[in-house]
Amino acid sequence: MYERVYKLQNAISGEPGNKYSRSSLYKDAWRRLTRNRLAIIGLSIIAALIFISLFSPFLATHDPTLRVKEDSLKPPGSQYWFGTDILGRDIYSRVIYGSRISMLVGIVAVGISLLIGLGMGAVAGYFGGFSDALIMRIADIFFAFPYILGAIAIMAVLGPGIVNIFVAIGILGWAHFARLFRSSILSIKNKEYIEAARALGASNFRIIIKHIFPNSFAPIIVFGTMNVGTAIIVEAALSFLGLGVQPPAPAWGQMLSESMRYINTAPWMMFFPGMAIVFTVLGFVLFGDGLRDAFDPRMK
Amino acid sequence: MDNEMKYLLKVENLKKYFKIRRGLLMNASKGFIKAVDGITFGIRKGKTFGLVGESGCGKSTAARTILRLINPSGGKVIYNGSDIFSLSRKQMFAVRREMQIIFQDPYASLSPRMTAGDIISEPLDIHRVGDKTYRRARVKELLSLVELNPEHINRYPHQFSSGQRQRIGIARALALNPKLIICDEPVSALDVSVQAQILNLMTGLQKELNLSFLFIAHDLSAVRHVSSQIGVMYLGRMVEIADSEDLYKKPMHPYTMGLMSAVPIPDPRIEKKRNRIILSGDIPSPIDPPSGCSFHPRCPLAQDICKDERPELTNHSDNGKSHMAACFFAGKPLS
Amino acid sequence: MNEKLLEVRDLKTHFFTPDGVVKAVDGVSFILNKKEVLGIVGETGSGKSVTALSILNLIPQPFGRIVGGRIMFDGVDIAGLGQKQIQKYRGNRISMVFQDPAASLNPVYTVGNQIMESIMIHQKIDKRSARKKAMRLLDMVGIPEPQRRLNSYPHQFSGGMRQRVMIAMALANSPSILIADEPTTALDVTIQAQILELMVDVMNKTGSSIILITHDLGVVAKYADKVMVMYGGKPVEFSDIDKIFYEPLHPYTNGLMGSIARLDSKKKDRLTTIDGSPPSLIDLPPGCIFYPRCKYRMEGCARSYPRFKEVKPGHHVACHRHAEFLKEEADG
Repeated sequence: MYERVYKLQNAISGEPGNKYSRSSLYKDAWRRLTRNRLAIIGLSIIAALIFISLFSPFLATHDPTLRVKEDSLKPPGSQYWFGTDILGRDIYSRVIYGSRISMLVGIVAVGISLLIGLGMGAVAGYFGGFSDALIMRIADIFFAFPYILGAIAIMAVLGPGIVNIFVAIGILGWAHFARLFRSSILSIKNKEYIEAARALGASNFRIIIKHIFPNSFAPIIVFGTMNVGTAIIVEAALSFLGLGVQPPAPAWGQMLSESMRYINTAPWMMFFPGMAIVFTVLGFVLFGDGLRDAFDPRMK
Repeated sequence: MDNEMKYLLKVENLKKYFKIRRGLLMNASKGFIKAVDGITFGIRKGKTFGLVGESGCGKSTAARTILRLINPSGGKVIYNGSDIFSLSRKQMFAVRREMQIIFQDPYASLSPRMTAGDIISEPLDIHRVGDKTYRRARVKELLSLVELNPEHINRYPHQFSSGQRQRIGIARALALNPKLIICDEPVSALDVSVQAQILNLMTGLQKELNLSFLFIAHDLSAVRHVSSQIGVMYLGRMVEIADSEDLYKKPMHPYTMGLMSAVPIPDPRIEKKRNRIILSGDIPSPIDPPSGCSFHPRCPLAQDICKDERPELTNHSDNGKSHMAACFFAGKPLS
Repeated sequence: MNEKLLEVRDLKTHFFTPDGVVKAVDGVSFILNKKEVLGIVGETGSGKSVTALSILNLIPQPFGRIVGGRIMFDGVDIAGLGQKQIQKYRGNRISMVFQDPAASLNPVYTVGNQIMESIMIHQKIDKRSARKKAMRLLDMVGIPEPQRRLNSYPHQFSGGMRQRVMIAMALANSPSILIADEPTTALDVTIQAQILELMVDVMNKTGSSIILITHDLGVVAKYADKVMVMYGGKPVEFSDIDKIFYEPLHPYTNGLMGSIARLDSKKKDRLTTIDGSPPSLIDLPPGCIFYPRCKYRMEGCARSYPRFKEVKPGHHVACHRHAEFLKEEADG
């Protein structure tokens, strides 16, 4: 009983002297974020990826789809930095261009999840009652489905293709966002500032937009960032299974799947796209983790 | 008629029952919590009505029901001659300009993502008062009215101390020139030295702007300091209503006596001489209140009749004013 | 009569946070005699709670540390003890009661279990006698049907009853000192009175001392023999109850007395107030902490912090102008 005594905050809280306090949650969070080395590594990886995907044509040394028959299965060297695959395509250039697909899928799919999730979560959390019960039960059904299996099922129905990947991953992810947003609404719905707004005659729409959104966004940003990593993995898995982006477009998952047969003779075929996936996902997870600590240092 | 005119707002037999729901689908009703069980009082123009009671007595529920933030189970709140519970949405929106609320917790009552300026101008935005320049000027005027530096308009709540935050809350409540402000324990979360500042500010503003207050608190000392009339609540019912000085000089209900006796006076010589009566027992749960007079299990005066019958509020005044108490043995000393 | 039980000298407890050093307690000194009730009074952030926690080295980790001073109890400087050694004192010779009884009781054990545990940690007795003792304790703190209530869980008690249980636990090993940190702040007024009466009553019977930490000057007036007033982590005044209330020497104490709305005073228009707000404890300026809010400040006050010293027998104060206030008082 004595050990868990007092929250640090209670014990040392003093009134904030204006001289020392900072201006807003986001500035405060940014300051903490920049002190977190892992988060900065994550952020650097993400920044590098964005740079690479934007400037792929300038960074690539070859056409990623160009086949040079005589250069089949060349090991990494001065001409082909990451070596070539069975068809004589430059792996380095394919990895560079592959970042475009991964980033696009990650961001668009999560964006779709986010939009559906926020809308559903807002209705469920704010209005409660029957709409809440209905939405959350539907969400439960989505939770019960293994993510990848669900994606495979949807892709099998819709057929392969990048747009369908957006749809599949986007639809599967909404339930997490809805649940998260709903719970943060529930925790602030009864705060007195919401009551104050209602006493002023503010409409529900205004309360959600002006008060609930800005105060519940931090966990959404954190989860969204981490979810981009997940979406990229799912996309890689789908492409690996041949359900995703269709050849010859260079997707990392699909490159991995092509490398399987040459794992002993040409390990570089697997190594480079594999590392690309690992680093990308790591980047988003580290950054998301850092964001969480930055927004709420007490959660550590 | 003359008497009627003096009241800004009248609460008549106000009731708020909460259903206790259980079961898988939350639809099996298991009875009611009678949070507010038929209270009647009036708030005079330019004066303060103090509403006192301990936790679970229903004072905060009453406040929120009067503002129609939650719907009543019965009774009327008469403002400007009409019952606000019968108003349409549009009419209610207009009435909201004249009734405002100040909260207890200076941390939870201001949105942490809005600047002081945004918070104070929100009422003006919602009710579309003036243009942008006007609103900004008005916000600055309000900041100086509550004795804050108008240059701090762009600061966020966490850059203010709790007392200053409470002032922002007051400025927000004042923005639309209301006639009535409901103050829900406005100083109980503040430090002693800051409490006095806020109480002074509120009484000053009341005079300056001719405001009426409904002042809700569990702290009898603060209530005495600001109120001209006081109502004491216990388990959802009003047990005593009187003018402030009459109530303190001559409390009639044994609960009021016990409540006053429980508050120690910050003066060692007086306090050590004072003969205190300590009420025994716990405050019963409002889910299952005692029969008859709900105070009887803790009451030193309780007789058999108190268990069976519920005493109504009756006048016990000896000076011609109104001093209502709901007790069969009102005015009898406790020990 | 005035037998010294606990002496705290120049205690300093600082918190080394990422945002800077918080001097939560900075140079606190006081003496607690046997059978005495010492009130420690102050506002949020005054350091009154951390002072209490420092005595048993229960300072919130990882940032907090005692960085200076002595806590002499029974001839031993307990400020210098490691966690293992101090545990022999906790709940045994010195006990604590906290503000929030709901958070201090473990919800998965019965109340009886928890009281028995606190007995058996420090006393070599078997379960049956521990249980008997627990029952006697519950009876002593006024819990009806103690035999049956031993088997109840904390959530089956009301807030006031839980605080009674906490007091029973604190008394389990007949401590010499009971430290009560805002023991009634979370309770209703009528329950507050019950709990405080009980605490003082029981301690009177057992002849122990109490350190009562509170922000409520009424509670202090009623129960304390001596009072220490704290502000911004520092002690500003320490003396007998009457001196603090009727002859305060520190402007902060004086201001505090004037700013309370009293139950027995008539409705008046304005309370006297102390302007401004309590300070932040990070990166304090050099001078007197109260300087920005002080009505009596002079130029020199901003330069150095006044020493906390005994200015007349049994009356300690930390103010540069105490000599003038003393003279004024002598002149009437």
